[in-house]
Amino acid sequence: MSGAMEERPLVRNAGPGIAYEEPLVFELSRPGRTGASLPELDVPAVDPAGVLPAGALRDDCPGLPELSEVEVVRHFTRLSTWNAAVDLGLYPLGSCTMKYNPKLNEKVARLPGFAGAHPLQPVELAQGILELCWRLERALAEITGMDRVSLQPAAGAQGEFAGVMMIRAYHRSRGEDRRKLLIPDTAHGTNPASAALNGFEVVAVPSGPDGVLHPEAVAPLMGPDVAGLMLTNPNTLGLFEDHIVRICEIVHASGGLVYGDGANLNALLGIARPGDLGLDVMHLNLHKTFSTPHGGGGPGSGPVAVKNVLAPHLPVPVVRKREASEGGGFDLDYEFPRSIGRLHGNLGNAGMWVRAWTYLRSLGPDGLRRCAEMAVLNANYLKARLEGAFHVPYDRPVMHECVFSDKRLADTGVTTLDVAKRLIDHGYHPPTVYFPLVVHGALMIEPTESESLEGLDRFAETLLAIAREARADPETLKNAPHRTRLTRLDETRAARRPVLRWQPPSGS
Amino acid sequence: MRYIPHTDADVRRMLETIGVDHLDALFACIPEKLRLARPLDVPRASSEQEVLAELGALAARNAHTDRFTWFLGAGTYPHFIPAAVDALASRAEFTTSYTPYQPEISQGTLQAIFEWQTMICGLTGLEVANASLYDGASAGAEAALMAMRATRRSKVVVAAGLHPHYLDVLRTYLSGLPSEIVLGARGNDGRAASVASLVDDETACVIVQQPAFLGPVQDLARLSGEAHASGALLVSVTSEALSLGLLRAPGELGADIACGEAQSFGVPMGFGGPHLGFLAARAALLRQMPGRLVGETVDARGQRGFVLTLSTREQHIRRERATSNICTNQGLCLLMATIYLSLLGRVGLRELAELNFAKAEYARARVRAAPGLRLPLAAPVFNEFVVGVPDAAAALARARDAGLLGGLDLAPFAPELGPAVLVCTTELASRASIDALVAAFAGAA
Repeated sequence: MSGAMEERPLVRNAGPGIAYEEPLVFELSRPGRTGASLPELDVPAVDPAGVLPAGALRDDCPGLPELSEVEVVRHFTRLSTWNAAVDLGLYPLGSCTMKYNPKLNEKVARLPGFAGAHPLQPVELAQGILELCWRLERALAEITGMDRVSLQPAAGAQGEFAGVMMIRAYHRSRGEDRRKLLIPDTAHGTNPASAALNGFEVVAVPSGPDGVLHPEAVAPLMGPDVAGLMLTNPNTLGLFEDHIVRICEIVHASGGLVYGDGANLNALLGIARPGDLGLDVMHLNLHKTFSTPHGGGGPGSGPVAVKNVLAPHLPVPVVRKREASEGGGFDLDYEFPRSIGRLHGNLGNAGMWVRAWTYLRSLGPDGLRRCAEMAVLNANYLKARLEGAFHVPYDRPVMHECVFSDKRLADTGVTTLDVAKRLIDHGYHPPTVYFPLVVHGALMIEPTESESLEGLDRFAETLLAIAREARADPETLKNAPHRTRLTRLDETRAARRPVLRWQPPSGS
Repeated sequence: MRYIPHTDADVRRMLETIGVDHLDALFACIPEKLRLARPLDVPRASSEQEVLAELGALAARNAHTDRFTWFLGAGTYPHFIPAAVDALASRAEFTTSYTPYQPEISQGTLQAIFEWQTMICGLTGLEVANASLYDGASAGAEAALMAMRATRRSKVVVAAGLHPHYLDVLRTYLSGLPSEIVLGARGNDGRAASVASLVDDETACVIVQQPAFLGPVQDLARLSGEAHASGALLVSVTSEALSLGLLRAPGELGADIACGEAQSFGVPMGFGGPHLGFLAARAALLRQMPGRLVGETVDARGQRGFVLTLSTREQHIRRERATSNICTNQGLCLLMATIYLSLLGRVGLRELAELNFAKAEYARARVRAAPGLRLPLAAPVFNEFVVGVPDAAAALARARDAGLLGGLDLAPFAPELGPAVLVCTTELASRASIDALVAAFAGAA
């Protein structure tokens, strides 16, 4: 197998044959060029200076370049060739679920009835998108085992923010002022940040030696001042929190609620439902589990799902299905006096709902379950192929991702970062590195269900070759990547002397 | 399933390598009684052509800019989007990548963000800009939180004119923290009245929307003087970013933080999202900025390149002490806006802004001359304004019959103005359609 791969490597060069150099758009600017054609003025010309008060007008738009359309097109096309992407190859970024983003989703989202609709147009003129919203909410409730869903949060962190706020609102509505939230040490950084933004004091809960949370660690921390527990299941080690039912009972017994970070829901689709495990509220990431594109860092969408006990606190407005006696159809309901309020200027990232619903309709119940099964199969397969060469800190069957430590590299002087950078030379986006924090030099790999057996074999062979190379030729790893247009970048310099915008060379 | 490559033979081989004999064994870590014993109750799968037809039918039940001439703005603006914007932003290298954690293979995204930061600094007249926030409303709330951290004060004064949804979101974001929100009054001409009596040494910032939700161009310089007199910051919020092409940069008028919604820069209205929050500030506030920042550096060979930087402010490093919980932001929308601004350019943006302004001036002149219609707010505007009508619902219904989406009925938002509609005129509104709108509002057939 490895012989065959050497005959036909995944990449021969960096970039698509030729690596273009491309300056900043401002450096390409020439006075007098334009890339836009405006319609002719069909109303009387008016001098703004004659209408607006003195001092209200700007003289110029500094900071904007002048280019023709051709130059703009080449500029951004060239920039695009410098990116790794799911459509180019495996992008096994752990906890980010970089699965394939179907082309049909993109086509549907661009239909004028979705892309050209306005959030404040009369509901009678928005029945299609409101129905889609309502159906997606119900489907996500069914998938998560929760009772109600709001699609308003714009990303997972805003969904968390909303969920934690609902927990606060719940306790307040019962006349209780609980100030603390328990968060495991394996949690994503957004969990404690969302808790703090809600005014909670964060209490860290250590995970056990087997990588999961134990009831004995949670019980002594619970008390009348604890609002609840935030956890991720499967957790960031890729492990199913198998004490979850008991832990939820403990939290509930002392009046707390349990928040679930749904970043890793892909492993559970059709297999198990967080609501059935005892969770009271969770967020989902449509850009992870439901195939909406990650877009170089968003936009995402982070619906929040709750049990009925929290439903009165959902963000407003809520999409409501009208009774037949009201004429049927859908409208927006603002009458939730105990709502946490509004999170988004409009109703949320509707374009992502359209993509996620298209995906759900393409997959159906069997396809969803198949996603979870193949994602888990892929992660366990990679673990089996790699565990001889890379140290597995928690040796248990994994769910959607597997995490390795840098223990076997310790005597080579090669770091996890070096391994990650060397993977780039072979055409792979590196896995998540140095997270979760509880694993030394963590290498967190989430292949997703999109990757074929041959693709996984090729990736595994590459990592195994890099492990051998760490012993035979560590310097090659320490200076990797070698085949990219740019070599390793000086991040310390960027932070020490921040240059955050382009400025014309002095004297020009 | 066409998105999943595994054959039965593949699965068997993989299970063998793992050392289990059945897929269910992979889920043995989930206690049996916790597993779902039935198929999910969601609609069964449909083929690609069936899904497209079904979603097409749903889309057809929404009004959109191809079916109506659009005069509804109020925070989401109908603008023409050049074809090159979607063509470039649809490239899979941009859409199917993620946050540029690995700079060597993310330079496309990183350089585009750096260009965006530069453009926003130029348009706002400020020194540092971030790599986007969710939307204008959350950008306003993040700006308030930023001002509270920077001043260690807890009171926020909101001058009249903030979009009511932005105010709602501000209340939501501040609800968990010790804080107070105080609202300023609207002057007779529609601009914010003085907030001098509301600002004190507990005030973190004065927030002012420019132009105001109801259209008037605010006096930023006066409000900034009132804020600064007590050591508070001035936060300017803009929901119609195109106005930045015509109006003086907020930073030049005293704003310490300028933020808002940049959907107008080439991002589809899309039923309200995804849109594009922006935020810029004076350099002294850099360490309090929320969100991602991209900085210039060099690689090991000395070549220029770009990286995410100053991440010690952020949640993945600082956890509960981070400046914000934001992680994923609006990367692809930021890219659309950067492409759009590159196409329009230094001259085009100004010309487009003037075109919008001229349409509004024409429309206002027609309204003034029309029997039964009023302009209740006298202050100058950019491209949006209030029209007093005898009956807002009837006026909007007549407009709709004429193929015009006539604007926002202000009854829930500004009932004190009487029956009134908030109308915006962009480059999409022709003279003839403006004439038709005024005629429909006035009741003439």
